[in-house]
Amino acid sequence: MTTPLAGAAPARPPFWNDPAVRALVFQALALIAVIALGWYLVHNTQQNLAQRGIASGFGFLNNAAGFGIVQHLIDYSPADSYGRVFWIGLLNTLLVSVLGIVFATVLGFVVGIARLSRNWLVAKIAMVYVEIFRNIPLLLQIFFWYFAVLRTVPNPRNSLAFGDAFFLNIRGLYVPRPVFGDDFVWVLGALALAVVLAVLLGRWARQRQATTGQPFPVFLVSLAILVVLPGVTYFAAGQPLTWDIPKLAGFNFRGGWVVIPELAALLVALTLYTATFIAETVRAGILSVSHGQTEAAGALGLPNGLTLRLIVIPQAMRVIIPPLTSQYLNLAKNSTLAAAIGYPDLVATFAGTVLNQTGQAIETIAITMSVYLALSLGISMLMNWYNKRKALVER
Amino acid sequence: MRKSSHSAAVVTAALLAFAGTAHAGATLDAVKKKGFVQCGVSDGLPGFSYTDDKGNVSGLDADLCRAVAAAVFGDATKVKFTPLTAKERFTALQSGEIDILSRNTTWTSSRDTALGLNFTGVTYYDGQGFLVNKKLGVKSAKELDGASICIQAGTTTELNLADYFRANNMKFTPISYDKSDESAKAMEAGRCDGLTSDQSQLYAQRIKLAAPDDYIVLPEVISKEPLGPVVRHGDDEWFDIVKWTLYVQVAAEEYGLTSKNVAEAAKTSTNPDVKRLLGAEGEKGKDFGLANDWVVNVVRQVGNYGEMFNRNVGDGSPLKIKRGLNALWNQGGLQYAPPFR
Repeated sequence: MTTPLAGAAPARPPFWNDPAVRALVFQALALIAVIALGWYLVHNTQQNLAQRGIASGFGFLNNAAGFGIVQHLIDYSPADSYGRVFWIGLLNTLLVSVLGIVFATVLGFVVGIARLSRNWLVAKIAMVYVEIFRNIPLLLQIFFWYFAVLRTVPNPRNSLAFGDAFFLNIRGLYVPRPVFGDDFVWVLGALALAVVLAVLLGRWARQRQATTGQPFPVFLVSLAILVVLPGVTYFAAGQPLTWDIPKLAGFNFRGGWVVIPELAALLVALTLYTATFIAETVRAGILSVSHGQTEAAGALGLPNGLTLRLIVIPQAMRVIIPPLTSQYLNLAKNSTLAAAIGYPDLVATFAGTVLNQTGQAIETIAITMSVYLALSLGISMLMNWYNKRKALVER
Repeated sequence: MRKSSHSAAVVTAALLAFAGTAHAGATLDAVKKKGFVQCGVSDGLPGFSYTDDKGNVSGLDADLCRAVAAAVFGDATKVKFTPLTAKERFTALQSGEIDILSRNTTWTSSRDTALGLNFTGVTYYDGQGFLVNKKLGVKSAKELDGASICIQAGTTTELNLADYFRANNMKFTPISYDKSDESAKAMEAGRCDGLTSDQSQLYAQRIKLAAPDDYIVLPEVISKEPLGPVVRHGDDEWFDIVKWTLYVQVAAEEYGLTSKNVAEAAKTSTNPDVKRLLGAEGEKGKDFGLANDWVVNVVRQVGNYGEMFNRNVGDGSPLKIKRGLNALWNQGGLQYAPPFR
């Protein structure tokens, strides 16, 4: 390849003109700058903390908390540690997030489908609901449910009673709590067996329909199995279940389970708000399925319900799942507004009270932020997995 | 507001990360440079710090900050107030957002040490009590077993409450809110049976209720709550100024110096203690980095401790709280100033 005249390869450009070297150098410089800035921030923080004599480190998690918490899903007393307060806050956050996601999904799907209903009234009611609740800030909605609605229910002595077992007053909704006897394991075992049988039945029915075309009433038969089998076991085992019924004793009702108004207000607001977005997502998903599909189903003689369930929804799900994930993430993150009405979620108890009692802002905020990050990434991963299962498999 | 408690925490983290290292006297220099004292007060507590409909902040805690402004600038109006919830207050101080925290804050060991704060003195000796509706028929806090108690989150009262019920083997349900007003409203609505807080706050909250006469403060005082101004660790000069601003007000009351007669006394008094205090003799002001007549400015513009007390929480106010523990030491109280010499 050498040209006889030149006698040598063309002179290499100086290395600073070599684009590959340049790119490498600039990237290295950028990386060094980022690391240096990070190191400076950490170092300066430590120095300032030390200079102002502010305690640091995570040792405080083992110290006794010393304050009470209104709602705890696991045992808690003021003698327990700040670490336990963290778990209680986290469980309270998860409780409201999970319940909110379930309710919002159900409501969202119903409303989303209702908006496309051929019934004028149903479609308009759904539309009005969506437009109202989607366009009012969530914090205001929480205040509305908590201060305007739940503050108007009567005090404990004048509770609204439903059948002498359920009581509603300003302190919350009191419901009977099941007390399981020792023999209740048999009922649980029967229930597990019934679930397995129902699943097997479903498989068999699908196979039969695929080979012979004969449908089988899977739903009704499964329901019968799920009710009858544990039911019979329950009576055979001598009814090993009693109810702890709330009673007015002293200042408050004692016994039973209580849904505190803070939880109720937060849950209602989160559900109604997020469901509007889910409804719009569902509507968009359904509209994305071409009308020809519905017509083809009609031509085959499928009734409306089956068309929706077997043809439209499965295809719509591909469009619905990704934005649905975002709504789930929003709901989980919006649950931090709990602090506004005193619901003891992670932010209110841990990033609020614990931070204030210990003064360790950096540690508590770092922990809290990591938890929400992990929670959101967890929801994301779960939904991505589900999305992959539902995505169109192209061959 | 509660949004800002978290942003305050994040801001603290950010400020601690970015702030340069402070040197002694930095706060005084910074305050002089910006021309006013930034003072953290409560979000509305009659008698201590309360913003009226014209935007004026009044109260014992607010006046302490005015006294510091009078000491530094010779002008008690050179102060700006930042209303803070109980949860926000320490991060606001730690991060340097405010120069003094004067917000009915209880002096405790962990706040003095682990939180990196210095309490400069006690403006009000308080104790925690309970406010309940008369209809409950409760006469003593010992009868509150099983009750729901409303409380302000992130306070020492929250801890004392749990301790008290534990010590007396009683059960309770805590209902905590960020603001004391929210707790009071929740009790009024019946969300809880009683409200617990420092007694001074209970009296202040009671007059804000729709029907104050339906509520009583129970006789038990379940804790010691010495309330006072707070500054950051690491600036002893500023600590001294805030500490002695309160002491000179107490000393002024002891010597009979009031806002009316102090200017005159500075010229005519023959008492060496008074002359030293008012800067007519010696140059004590220089030791603080302040003007020599700073005490005259404080007392003339804000008053002595007794005047400040009466105007805000005592006989001259709707609260009508007795001096009690807050009387001077020679009148059976606890207010005592070290010698000014």
